[in-house]
Amino acid sequence: MMLLKESVYIFLVWGKRNLRNIWRWRYFYLLLTPTLLYFIVFSYIPFYGVVIAFKNFQPFLGIWDSPWVGWKNFETMFSSVKFPELIRNTVLISIYRIIFGFPVPILFALLLNEVRVMWFKRSIQTIAYFPHFLSWVIFGGIIYNVVGPSGIINLVLEKFGIDTINLSANPDLFRPLVVATGILKEFGWAAIIYLAALTGIDPHLYEAAKIDGASKLRQIWHITLTGIRPMIAMLLILQLGSVLDAGFEQILILSNPVVYSVGDIIDTYVYRVGLLEANYGLATAVGLFKGVIAAILIVSANHIIRRTGEKSLW
Amino acid sequence: MVNPPAQAETNELTLINRPKSLDRNPAWVQTLIYLVLIAMALVTLLPILNVFAMSFSEADAIFKHPLMLVPYNFTIAAYEYIFSTSILLKSFFVTVFATVVGTLFNLALTITGAYSLSKTALPGNKILLWVCIFPMLFGAGLIPTYMLLKELHLLNNIWVLVVSGMVVPFNLILMRNFFWSIPEELEEAMRIDGASDMGILWRMIIPLSKPAIATIGLFYAVGHWNDFFTGLFFLNDNTKWPLQVLLRSIVIDMNALNTRGVTAVIGQDATKIMLTPENIKAATIIFSVVPILLVYPFLQKYFVKGIMLGSVKG
Repeated sequence: MMLLKESVYIFLVWGKRNLRNIWRWRYFYLLLTPTLLYFIVFSYIPFYGVVIAFKNFQPFLGIWDSPWVGWKNFETMFSSVKFPELIRNTVLISIYRIIFGFPVPILFALLLNEVRVMWFKRSIQTIAYFPHFLSWVIFGGIIYNVVGPSGIINLVLEKFGIDTINLSANPDLFRPLVVATGILKEFGWAAIIYLAALTGIDPHLYEAAKIDGASKLRQIWHITLTGIRPMIAMLLILQLGSVLDAGFEQILILSNPVVYSVGDIIDTYVYRVGLLEANYGLATAVGLFKGVIAAILIVSANHIIRRTGEKSLW
Repeated sequence: MVNPPAQAETNELTLINRPKSLDRNPAWVQTLIYLVLIAMALVTLLPILNVFAMSFSEADAIFKHPLMLVPYNFTIAAYEYIFSTSILLKSFFVTVFATVVGTLFNLALTITGAYSLSKTALPGNKILLWVCIFPMLFGAGLIPTYMLLKELHLLNNIWVLVVSGMVVPFNLILMRNFFWSIPEELEEAMRIDGASDMGILWRMIIPLSKPAIATIGLFYAVGHWNDFFTGLFFLNDNTKWPLQVLLRSIVIDMNALNTRGVTAVIGQDATKIMLTPENIKAATIIFSVVPILLVYPFLQKYFVKGIMLGSVKG
């Protein structure tokens, strides 16, 4: 009895103190309310709709009254011939992006770092950053103007009397096209973070290395690259963690039915099947599958970054 | 370009002040570096210049000079034409609405939310922060979001362009980190002078954070301007389409003038005027790039700073 009384008393005191504390901060909670409400309504309430993945969704019945079908949508997904293809396309495009695209901004930053003429450096940066600010629709239009059926490559080929090639509707060339244009749009922008890391390197290290007789290349290897290594590692792990995001917008813009076998990724499939073909159950199931794997990957990526002692995301 | 190393070594001051590698490269290496950088910039720049030139050229210029970089027989016919079509202007105003109104809401919510979250002493701060960050890692997916917007009567409603992405978690964190960099003492001093919490936010925090607000405002504004998905997913009626969605139907659709989207824009009189689809496409691309180009000096200045501020670490 004593104990109960005491714990009630402690609870009341604790509660009172906390309530008073919370009251003291009331304006801050008030300020935070719109933001919180936004996330609750538009990010958390939709989770209720995830049950569509386990239902045979009928628009006129609504989410709740549509019949449950258990794992049927997932079974359809895993047994379809499309599924392995989607995973392969998504992962392969991401991997190609890492293999071919990841080193480009590093190289660009290293080259830019050797430039002493400031106006030249600034001009190059100004040009290289620009495409980052264009949407994929616009950039895709610019790309089509080059590689499209009546793009300048074909017009030039025509002029020389050579057979034209349709670069944009060729399954063999679609992945290279996606990877190359992706690099072209973002390499400059991605270099910024490395350029910032480069300025953080202690110049005395170079001095010391020079006295020890290190050549320019050795200096780049042992000092410059070592100096930005944490940044490289972090960005690489992050990119590996988001391997299921193969560039939704870009691929939606650049792809067409001819290249679906090599270019259809999970996101474009969910969009097409869900919103265009109104197969809501299947699309939600595929989207949920992707979301769960992607979340696991990114959390693991962050964990690895933290384990290596670098500045993690959270 | 070539500087004898001995000279660099004798100048103590430049040695200390220069945060870069000390060695000068041999002339040919330095030349090579410049050439590679120029090549990288040209690959980015030339396709854009070509579109620009084409938009101001006469109809058959593209077939005669596919590689043109300056307008051939300068004419503004393509621009006169796209401005005479009402649907493009309508789309333009939809996008302007989304950009202006959207950014205002974005900033209001992001500033108030970030200010509250920047108070580490706020009871429940950690949990509230997580509520705001979690949507960055795991979302319900496209279909459940679509269902929610349907329930809220936001489908086929241009306000969806304002509502979607009203607070971007990453920007919220950015703003919070910036608020942290404001010295606590300033706030204390104002509090001693009798300022309220709201007064501090309005009369001190916001004026002091103008650069950060400009940065994040630009993040949001460019995001709205380039937003393609929201319109594509949630607006079916092509009179409500934002610019990016309309652009896709004009610029990317493979059969150019013959497809539905484009005939809607171009109308029946397209055959009467002496313009090729390429001219019209080029003019629409340039038309939607111009606003980005106008704010580009600010974008470059603020975005580079902004990218450095970002880190969820707290």
